[in-house]
Amino acid sequence: MMAMIEFDNVSKRYPSSDEILKNVSFAINAGDLVYVTGHSGAGKSTLLKLIAALERPTSGTVLINKQNVSKLKAAAVPYLRRKFGLVFQDHKLLYDRNCFENVALPLYINGITGTDSAKRVRAALDKVGLLNKEKAMPITLSGGEQQRLAIARAVVSRPAILVADEPTGNLDAQYASDIMRIFDAFGQVGVTVIIATHDLNSIQSNKKILHLQQGHLSMLSSTPLPSSEVSK
Amino acid sequence: MKNWLNQHQQAMRIVLHKMRANLASTLLICLVMGVTLCLPGLLYIVVANLNMVAGEVKAEPQISLFLQLDATSEQITAINAKLKQHSGVLNHRFVSRQEAWHTLQESSPATQDLSENPLPDAYFVQPKDVSPTAVDALKTEFQSYPGVALAQIDAAWLERLHALLGIGEKAVLILAAILGFAILAIIGNTIRLQIVTQRNEIEVSKLIGATNRFIRRPFLYAGSLYGLGGGISALILINAIVSLFNYAIADFAKLYASDFKLSLLPFSIQLLLILFALGMGLLGSWLAVNQTMKKFNLN
Repeated sequence: MMAMIEFDNVSKRYPSSDEILKNVSFAINAGDLVYVTGHSGAGKSTLLKLIAALERPTSGTVLINKQNVSKLKAAAVPYLRRKFGLVFQDHKLLYDRNCFENVALPLYINGITGTDSAKRVRAALDKVGLLNKEKAMPITLSGGEQQRLAIARAVVSRPAILVADEPTGNLDAQYASDIMRIFDAFGQVGVTVIIATHDLNSIQSNKKILHLQQGHLSMLSSTPLPSSEVSK
Repeated sequence: MKNWLNQHQQAMRIVLHKMRANLASTLLICLVMGVTLCLPGLLYIVVANLNMVAGEVKAEPQISLFLQLDATSEQITAINAKLKQHSGVLNHRFVSRQEAWHTLQESSPATQDLSENPLPDAYFVQPKDVSPTAVDALKTEFQSYPGVALAQIDAAWLERLHALLGIGEKAVLILAAILGFAILAIIGNTIRLQIVTQRNEIEVSKLIGATNRFIRRPFLYAGSLYGLGGGISALILINAIVSLFNYAIADFAKLYASDFKLSLLPFSIQLLLILFALGMGLLGSWLAVNQTMKKFNLN
């Protein structure tokens, strides 16, 4: 199977900080559903940012679809980012426009407008169960609905890779399992899905897990683990 | 190509939508620019109209040759012959001192008390080439003729007027340049504020793959549209002011049996004004977007 994302000895350090990631190497194949786990501060968010080309590594190589992110020209980075659907920890919804317009933003960026974009926006809203809220402003939605709206925005341009940072962060168990089901459905249709989570209960069996411990990738596993061992 | 067109359409739609939503402030910005631009426009009209008035005055300069009081009749005929043959002379006219004395006494009776004729014989020469340098060269040549006491260009005052109007034209350009900077500042500041209020949108857009060009485009359109609106409102203001002035001056001019009125800006200048405003709008927004995005560290 083709490796969609390859990390080779990747380290990341921000100016005036310790190394957040240390010599991380792994590969994610197209169509995989991968969890990134670890305590807060272990480097999960940084790892996701490197995967989505939002950051460049301090050392080592990050290959996305065989493209070396470090060697990419600044002007080419936006086009690489469009391969990803991103769900941010803080949603990053735009509160000055309604749900429909929030979801339409990635399509506009891709130059898709008019009836074509409206169809796709409604399809995405339908997938996350928010079709009846298209005219609502995001601020009027509940936390779970906002999260689902963020997912709709991430998937509307049919990305090859879906990256979600703590998508079930502040949600109760009912909402959390709803959202995990949505991600699972994308995994079923061949989208590569990468989810960072500290919520070990939401992890399904037989999925790849990248576990981070203080910047080190301590485990790469595709076998289910007892949650007691993971949370150690 | 279609995609490219689509993106421009989309940026334009976003901008127009935002301008409609903030109609009052949009119109206010256009008005501020209109007032700023109408100043050099009005000065241009004043200078252009003075130029026209000055143009109606006969611009043909005349060279007067005043002969020495003791010039002999041989010298006088020799000068006459020279002027006749001179290729630079259109025509010339001799006025004898008696003739001049007679005319002077008729026109101003006060001179009748003078016992002696103080006037010299004179030739009045119309040159073919009326350009200042050619006329000046002729004058120097005539000055060297034997018997000539003084050669003088009579249209010097006209030259001075033209020089003054030339300064006026330069003043229009200088004023336009200075106020052009003012417009850059107005538009730059407006666009900068818009970028600040849309910072979230810009950040999210960049995260999900928007190019810098995509981010920049609506702001450039906004700046150009402000410029266009400013140019149009300047024209409306200028035309209104000139019409009002002409209306007010009509009665006054009638008293002097004149149909003097200010003429409006010619079409080419109107077009130039609008293009200038549009260009300044584009430039101002371009500077503002680049500077502000650099400051946000979004590039």
